[in-house]
Amino acid sequence: MTETKTKFHFSRKLLAIPYALFLAAFVVIPLLIVVYYAFTDDAGKFTWEYVRVFFNESGEGLLGFFQSYNFKTIMRSLFISTMSTIICLLIAYPVAYIIAHCKLKNKSTLLLLFIVPMWVNFVLRINALKELFVWLGIYNKSEAWNIVNTIIGMVYDFLPFMILPIYTTIIKIDKSYLEAAKDLGATPAKAFLKVTLPLSKSGIVSGVSMVFLPSMTNYVVSNYLTFRNVKIIGKLIDDYFTGDLWHDGSFIALILLLFMFLVTWLTGGFEADEQTNARGTSLW
Amino acid sequence: MVMLKRILKWALVGLVLFFIYFPILFLTVNSFNQSDHIQNWTGFGWDHYAYFFNFENEPIRIVGQTLLLAVIVALFSTVLGTIGAIGIFYSKKRTSGALTAINRVPVINADVVTAISFALLVSFVGIDKSTYVPLLLGQMLLCTPFVVLSVIPKLRQMDNNLYEAALDLGASPTKALFSVIVPQILPGIVAGFLLSVTLSLDDYIIAAYTKPDSFQTISTHIYGLDKNNIMGAKIKAAYWAFTAIIFLLIVLVVIASNVLAYKKTRSKKR
Repeated sequence: MTETKTKFHFSRKLLAIPYALFLAAFVVIPLLIVVYYAFTDDAGKFTWEYVRVFFNESGEGLLGFFQSYNFKTIMRSLFISTMSTIICLLIAYPVAYIIAHCKLKNKSTLLLLFIVPMWVNFVLRINALKELFVWLGIYNKSEAWNIVNTIIGMVYDFLPFMILPIYTTIIKIDKSYLEAAKDLGATPAKAFLKVTLPLSKSGIVSGVSMVFLPSMTNYVVSNYLTFRNVKIIGKLIDDYFTGDLWHDGSFIALILLLFMFLVTWLTGGFEADEQTNARGTSLW
Repeated sequence: MVMLKRILKWALVGLVLFFIYFPILFLTVNSFNQSDHIQNWTGFGWDHYAYFFNFENEPIRIVGQTLLLAVIVALFSTVLGTIGAIGIFYSKKRTSGALTAINRVPVINADVVTAISFALLVSFVGIDKSTYVPLLLGQMLLCTPFVVLSVIPKLRQMDNNLYEAALDLGASPTKALFSVIVPQILPGIVAGFLLSVTLSLDDYIIAAYTKPDSFQTISTHIYGLDKNNIMGAKIKAAYWAFTAIIFLLIVLVVIASNVLAYKKTRSKKR
């Protein structure tokens, strides 16, 4: 350390170097390897093979794709994650709103009640839910119940990630805006629609992004709460990789990756305010 | 009308809390069941606790090594993330913007994509999984971005003149860093550390792809259990006891935080 100081002018900027290297080595390069695997064969030669296999699994051309296993899995994943996200939002928004607006002195304790269950290991929590399902008799072979169980599991697991960012944005809204709206003659409903809701948009976006993608890919939930018969896209990738089909798996991972970038870019997530971050960076 | 609204409000909050806590409570009750199967209650007993706390058996050892792993991962992640956050904060706008964006990738990305892309790198470079290096780096990849995210807001709130003042008064840049900047961002660092511990404890997918074959974390152990086999059912029941203990811990923490907040408001009034 002393040597660097005497040789170079020490600057706090330089501290970024180790982490930049870490990110380059373990985030950027692995993603490039995924791209590489998606478009090369075992010999390392460029190929469209895995793109073709993915879209033309049945050999009936692009039309056959819409009846293929891959397509059905993607649709099922989208259905499960859309439902989970909507239910999470419908539960989380009122809860966050009520806590933020309640007259209790220590709101943070109330909020804590919603967050601390995360201290129970995630697989244990899902296990608890499964034992409950068994007891209730809804853990059975019916496909409809399996989908429902998966959605309940996703909501159960990701609800705190939706509550936290929404709560942090609502609590930051200047109360004088609401008073102004009231003074100007807005009904409470209108004040909510014109003031609170638009101002809490960033929390909703952040919450949705924390629930939508995980509930499309977290195959531990879908496997555990069903008879491993509800396949979601995360499981599809896992199956290819555990089956040593790395190239096919990489192509699907690439699709998911592009989807993630698209959603994040559309919602402005790359430059989002850190304060609204979920998983409770601001809670501790 | 106002009364009804209030009742409805708290009924909703209560219902959601019930949804969150009921499964955990259900396991807690069953941790006192003498049987290894939830469907048949054969009487009250401490059997699962006795099994859990016996060091000859797997569960407590796995809980121990999972905790150890979480603390080690969190320590490394906190150091790397704090240094990184300071560096990013003082970098030029373009550099810091690029690094912040890349930092968000593991945060937003699906765990399974992070895991397989990292696992591909591990096999590409040829690192042996039994050295624990892939597991450690993989979990750091999961935690460090969150440390950065919790430290940067604290840097923003910090008074920048203090660092300059320390330099003017003759402190070396390193000394100024440790005695001026670090104390001011400490809450963010602590938050990042605690968050890293919980993320590491909760992780299944990254660990499953990077851990040595002989090593188990709580997540991978439970996920791999076969409940149809007698041993599997027994081990699973021992984890109910563990769940109950964590649940008790949660209750204590919530009560403690309540008492602390109460004391704080009372001392303020004085």
